[in-house]
Amino acid sequence: MSAEQANSTALKPKKVDGPLKRSIKDFYKKLAKNKSALVGGYLIIFLFIVAIVGPFLTTQDPDFIDYGVKFEGPSAEHWLGTDHHGRDMFTRIIHGLGITMSIGIIATIIGGIAGVITGLISGYYGGKLDAVIMRLIDILLAFPGILLALALISILGASLQNVMIAISIFAIPTFARIVRGSTLSVKNLEYIDAMKALGASDFRIICKHILPNILSPIIVQASLFIASAVLSASGLSFLGLGVQPPSPELGALLSDGRDFMWDAGHIALYPGLAIMLIVLAFNIFGDGLRDALDPKINK
Amino acid sequence: MFQFIVRRLIQLIPVLLGVTILVFSLMHLSPGNPAHIIAGENAPASTVEQIENRLGLNDPIITQYFRFVKDAALLDFGNSWRTSLPVSSELWPKFWVTFELSIYSTIFSIFLGLFAGIISAVRQYSFADISIMLVALFGLSMPNFWLGLMLMQWFSIQLGWLPPTGWGTPQQIILPVITLGTMGAAVIARMTRSSMLDVISQDYIRTARAKGLKEKVVIYRHALKNALIPVVTVVGLQFGSLLAGSVLTESVFAINGMGKLIVDRILARDFPVVQASVLIIAVVFVFVNLIVDISYKFLNKRIKLD
Amino acid sequence: MSEEIILDIKDLKTSFELDDFEVKAVDGVSFKLPKGKTIGIVGESGSGKSITALSILRLLEKPGRIKGGEINFKGEDLTKMSDKRIRDIRGNEISMIFQEPMTSLNPVYTVGQQIRETLKVHQGLGKESGTKKGVELLKLVGIPSPEQRINQYPHELSGGMRQRVMIAMALACNPDLLIADEPTTALDVTIQAQILELINDLQKDLGMSVLMITHDMGVVAETCDYVAVMYGGKVVEYQDVKSLFKNPKHPYTVGLLNSIPRHDIDVEELEPIKGNVPNASEMPKGCRFAPRCPFATDLCVEELPTLDEQSDGGEVRCWIYTDRWNGDPEVKVNAKERTT
Repeated sequence: MSAEQANSTALKPKKVDGPLKRSIKDFYKKLAKNKSALVGGYLIIFLFIVAIVGPFLTTQDPDFIDYGVKFEGPSAEHWLGTDHHGRDMFTRIIHGLGITMSIGIIATIIGGIAGVITGLISGYYGGKLDAVIMRLIDILLAFPGILLALALISILGASLQNVMIAISIFAIPTFARIVRGSTLSVKNLEYIDAMKALGASDFRIICKHILPNILSPIIVQASLFIASAVLSASGLSFLGLGVQPPSPELGALLSDGRDFMWDAGHIALYPGLAIMLIVLAFNIFGDGLRDALDPKINK
Repeated sequence: MFQFIVRRLIQLIPVLLGVTILVFSLMHLSPGNPAHIIAGENAPASTVEQIENRLGLNDPIITQYFRFVKDAALLDFGNSWRTSLPVSSELWPKFWVTFELSIYSTIFSIFLGLFAGIISAVRQYSFADISIMLVALFGLSMPNFWLGLMLMQWFSIQLGWLPPTGWGTPQQIILPVITLGTMGAAVIARMTRSSMLDVISQDYIRTARAKGLKEKVVIYRHALKNALIPVVTVVGLQFGSLLAGSVLTESVFAINGMGKLIVDRILARDFPVVQASVLIIAVVFVFVNLIVDISYKFLNKRIKLD
Repeated sequence: MSEEIILDIKDLKTSFELDDFEVKAVDGVSFKLPKGKTIGIVGESGSGKSITALSILRLLEKPGRIKGGEINFKGEDLTKMSDKRIRDIRGNEISMIFQEPMTSLNPVYTVGQQIRETLKVHQGLGKESGTKKGVELLKLVGIPSPEQRINQYPHELSGGMRQRVMIAMALACNPDLLIADEPTTALDVTIQAQILELINDLQKDLGMSVLMITHDMGVVAETCDYVAVMYGGKVVEYQDVKSLFKNPKHPYTVGLLNSIPRHDIDVEELEPIKGNVPNASEMPKGCRFAPRCPFATDLCVEELPTLDEQSDGGEVRCWIYTDRWNGDPEVKVNAKERTT
C-alpha cells in the first residue's frame, strides 16, 4: 500500500526522485507526523548518547570492588547503591546499557540482513524455491520464543558472541516472512514489469526498486525486533546462558540481583528498569512507525 | 472443512520432519564425544567404546536419525547422561508442571487482556483507554523475569503474603502466573482493542444500532463476537511463547518444571534431556497452532466472502 | 396543505467537530414529508444527504453531532429525545436501510437471528413466533424458500438477497417511516429495478412514508413524490417530482438532469457538471454552487441566497430568481418561464 502511495505521489512533482530517496523522504514525512514515533525516536537517541558517552563521564570503575560498602542503598556517592561486591550500580548499569543494546542491535542487523535477503529471494523468484524456503522458515518458527536460542546456546555454549548468533538466527524467519509478503505486493506493480521488459537485471530491480519500496516495514520490524532481542538476550544472561559475570550486561546484573534479593532489593530493581527503558523505546518507536505507515489509519 | 484439516495435517509432516532433524543435530553438532561425557573424564577407553556401541554412536548418521525418530515417536528419549535415568521418567512430571503453568497463564492473559481491550475500545481515547494502553505498553516491554523478581520482592519478602518459590499450592501459583501471563495479557489487550475498533466502525454495527438495540447489546452481541476472531490467532502464538517463556519464570520462582530442567541440563551438558525437552515444546507448539488454525478457519468461514 | 405531516425537519444543523475546526456537513436543512409519500434527497456525495438521514435516527459516528434545529416526527422532536425513547423508535417506528447490503448484515449471525432480534426488542416476540414472523417477512420481500433462507448466514446470500433481508428487517415492526440510504447503489442494474419496485409496492401496501437518499435522478423519477436537492450541506431546491423534471430551477438541478440520459426530451450530449463538490471544511462564502455555476455573478460569490418559494410552489435557493440578480438577462427570462 505504502509503495503504491509512494508511487502515485511520484507522478506529481516535477523533479522525480529515485525510489530510494523518495522512500526515505516519505518515511521522514510520516515519522514526523506521528507523535509516539517521535517520542520513541528521541528516547532511542537519548539511550544511544548515554550508552556511548556515559561510560566516559562516570567517575567510578564498574569493576571496582570495595567490600566496605557492599549492599548499600542509593546515596550521593552511589546514586543507585552498591552490589554484593560493593561495586557502584549506577556505573555498572551505564556500562551495561551499551552492552545489552549492542547485543540487541547487532543481532537484529545480522539476522535482519539474512532474513531480508531470504525474504527477497523467496518473494521475488517464487515457485519451488519459495516453497522450500518457506518450509524451512516454518521449521524455525516451530520453536517458540526463546526456545530456539536456548537450543542453539546448548550447542554453542554460553557467551556474548553466541547469544548474538542465537538471536540472529531467531531473527531470520520473522524478517523473511515480512519481506516476502511486502516483496510479493510490490513485485507485481506495473513499473517493475516495465523494468523487466527494458531488460534490467533481477539484482538491479531488487536493489533499486523493490528494496527501497519495502524499507518501511523492514524498519518497523527491526525496531520491534530489537525490543524482543534485548528481552531475549538479557533473559539468557539472567539464566546464566548468555553474557557471563562479571560483565555488567543488564541481564547478568539482574541475575546477581536475584541472588541477593533478601539482602538488597535495589540490585535487582534498577537493571530491570534499564532493560525496560530500552525495550520501551524501541517498542514505542516501532509501534508509532507502524501506525504512521498504516494506510488504514493514514488515509 | 475436513479437507482443510487433512491438508493442514499433511503440511505438518515436513515441519515435524525438519524439527526432528534440527533437534537431532543438536547432539551431533555439539562438541565432544557423548560417550566421553557419559563415562566421565578419566574412564578407560574400553568403557568409552562399550558406551559408544550401546548407544549405536558408530552407526551411520542416517540410521541414528531414524532410530531417534522411531524412539521419540514412542516417547523414548534414551537415558540421561547425568543421572542415567530414562529421560521420559525425568521429563513427564516436569512437563506437566510447565504445561499447567502455561495453561493458567494463558487463561489469566486471555481474561485480563480481553477485559482491558474491550474497555479500551469501547471508551476510545478516554482516560481509561489511555491508561490501559500505557500499562499494556509497559507490560509488553517489561522483562518478565524482572517482573517476577519485583513481585517476589514485594509480596513475598516485604509483605510476606505469598510464598516466594515453589509450585503446587494456590498461593504458590499466583505470582508465577502473573509473571508469565502479563506480557500475553498486554498483547491480547492491544489486539482486542484494535480488532474491536475495526469492528465497531463496520456497517453492520450501524445496522444493529438502527434496529434500536441497546449499546451494550450492540457491543457485546454484535461487535465482540466478530472482534474475537482475529484474537484467537494471537492466543495460540501466546501459548507457545508462554511455554518457552516459562524457562525464565520457573528459574525465578525455583519451580521444578521443564524450563528449569532445560537450563540446568544445558549447563550440565546433558543433551538427551535438552533434546527431548526442546522437541516436546516444539511439537506441542506446532499442534497448538494447528488447533488455532482450524478454529480460526471454522470461525472465519462465515465471513470469508467479505 | 391538508395532508398530515409525518416528518418535519426545521433548520437542521449537523457538524463534525475536529480538534481545531468544525465541518458543517448539514447546514440549516428544512423539509416536510407528508404521510404515505416519498421524498427524495438528491445530491452528489459530500452534499450532506446521508448525514441528514443519519441525523434523523441519531446514528452519527463520533465527532458528528446535531448542533441545532428540530426533527419533528409525529409531533415529537427526535433531537431532544432521551436515548431510551429514540431506541424505541429505531427499527420500530422509523427503520433504515443502507447502501451496502454486503456489509450491513452481521456475518456471524443467521438471517433469522438478526430479524428475530428486532422483533424481540420491539414486540417481545419469542423464538418461535419470531421465526414465524420472520418467514412471513422474507416472503413479503420476495425471498424464495424463506423457511430455508432464514437459517442461512449472510455470506450465503447474494447482494440483492441481502438487501431484501435488510428491507425485511426494516419492515419487521411496520414502521411509519422508512429511510433508504442509497439502497440500490451497490447492486446490479437489474436488481436495482427489482428492489425499487419492491420498496414502491411495500410502501403502497403498508402506507409507509419513505425518505429516499440517492444521487440517481432515475431512482428519484421512479420512486419519489417530492424532491429536495442538496448541495454543500444546504437544500438548494425543493419541488414535487413532476415539476422538478419539467421545470428544474436551480442551475445545479439543471446540471444534474443534464448529466443523465433522458427519454422525455432530446438531449444532444450528456454534459457532466464541471468541477467537484467543495470540501465541507472550506465552503465558499456565497452560494455554495457558485464556483461551478455557469451563470455565477459577483453577487453569487459574495452572498448566500435564501431558499424562497416561487409562484409555482417550488422552492429554490438561487439569486437568479430574485430582483437583485444582475447577470445575463436571457438567463433571467428563462428563469421566469420556469417558475410559472
